[in-house]
Amino acid sequence: MIKLTNVSREYPKRGYALRDVSFHLKKGEFAFLTGHSGSGKSTTMRLVHMSDRPTKGEVRVTGFSSEKVTQRHIWKVRRRVGFVFQDFRLLPGRTAQENVAFVLEVTGTPRAAITSRAQRLLSQVGLSTMAGAYVNELSGGEQQRVAIARALANDPLVLLADEPTGNLDDRATRGVLDLFWDINAKGMAVLMATHDLELVRRYPHARVFELDHGELVFDSAEG
Amino acid sequence: MYALREAIAAFRRAPVLTGLASAMVGLALYVVGLFGLATYNLQLALSSIEERVEVAVYLRDDARQSEIDLLLTELAAIPEVRSVRFISKRDALERARVELPEFGALFTDLEVNPLPQSLEVELRPGSRSPDIVQRVSEAALLYPFVEDARYGREWVDKLFTLRRIGAATTAVLGSAFALVAALIIGTALRIAIFARREEIYVMRLVGATNGFIRRPFLLEGAMAGLLGGAIAWALTYATYRGVYTYLFEVAWMPDSWVALALGAGCLFGAFSSLLAIRRHLEDL
Repeated sequence: MIKLTNVSREYPKRGYALRDVSFHLKKGEFAFLTGHSGSGKSTTMRLVHMSDRPTKGEVRVTGFSSEKVTQRHIWKVRRRVGFVFQDFRLLPGRTAQENVAFVLEVTGTPRAAITSRAQRLLSQVGLSTMAGAYVNELSGGEQQRVAIARALANDPLVLLADEPTGNLDDRATRGVLDLFWDINAKGMAVLMATHDLELVRRYPHARVFELDHGELVFDSAEG
Repeated sequence: MYALREAIAAFRRAPVLTGLASAMVGLALYVVGLFGLATYNLQLALSSIEERVEVAVYLRDDARQSEIDLLLTELAAIPEVRSVRFISKRDALERARVELPEFGALFTDLEVNPLPQSLEVELRPGSRSPDIVQRVSEAALLYPFVEDARYGREWVDKLFTLRRIGAATTAVLGSAFALVAALIIGTALRIAIFARREEIYVMRLVGATNGFIRRPFLLEGAMAGLLGGAIAWALTYATYRGVYTYLFEVAWMPDSWVALALGAGCLFGAFSSLLAIRRHLEDL
């Protein structure tokens, strides 16, 4: 599902953000990507999302290779990969339902099906009663749930989450993680970047990748 | 359909921003409109002066009618010549009496008519430049029974110098105004698009194609351009009415100019949006 082979990302001024990283996340796996700030987690997520390209090595995501997919056809990758951010990145001035419907509309879902599908997605994340609320009226945890519903709108094969609980309290964090596990139980691969090792320890069944100074120093599957 | 709905929705969602963008486009095009109005009226004034450019071919008194007819035919055959009119000695005197009433007594007491018979050669519009006028008068002077051929060389030269200055000024100032308008319109639309960068980001994030993202912005730009063009038209027309009513008589621009300006505003709006959005499409 996600395969990194000897991936390096070097920036002209900063130097190496990632160096020779390889891992393979299979279909239906749940993995945490951990490491300190600046260890290369966000760079890895951007490479997997193909919003950045490696300077060396290959990133394969749902069958698409970073070496072959062009910027013009990047949308094909994006429709198979859902992305959740720490700061939610919802559209202000729109309701929860409008935020989800927006994705369905811009990816060509028939108009007649949009409302019912958006409502179904919101009820999947436990927000059916909040559909008509403007996103700035929602709590952090609720906003993140809207963002997750939005990420699921395209029926992706992989869900990427970059520090999705970074702005949430403990209760909301647990709610979001439970939701990720539910989604994963239906067969979707989940890769979640977090620096919170306490949180990682709470889920011993998850696979863990640890990055340090841009290098993969630990993969729980390899012991 | 989505593009049109979104473009209209964008106007509804952020009326102040889109209104400001249209107002900026409108004001920028208003300056161009005023310049167009001034240019058009200057052109009209010069053209009306230019219409008076003609060659007067004075004939000797002993010129035979057959010779005059031949010359008239020859001159009329020159492609740049619109018409040739024969003015007899009597007609010339009659005209002098009408046009110069202060010399009425002088013209009445004459025993012999001193005014020569002549041919008045009128040239076609666009063929009244000094070299053409000179060529026509030289052609007439080849005939021995032609006493003189005059066209007011000095003022024709001055008129055409003025015309050249006018054309150069129009080209330079017009280009400068258009460039400034283009920059203002481009900036206004860039601001409008910048305000919606999150929306573009989300579209890219979830896999909307570039064409799909571009279309509503393209339409929005065209609509802002059209609306701005309409504002500019209204302001320019109001100025024209004000000048006409309170200052002096001016002419309104031809409809084709107005249509061209509106079309240009619309196209330029779309083009500016296209340029402004390109940067955002490369962001993610």
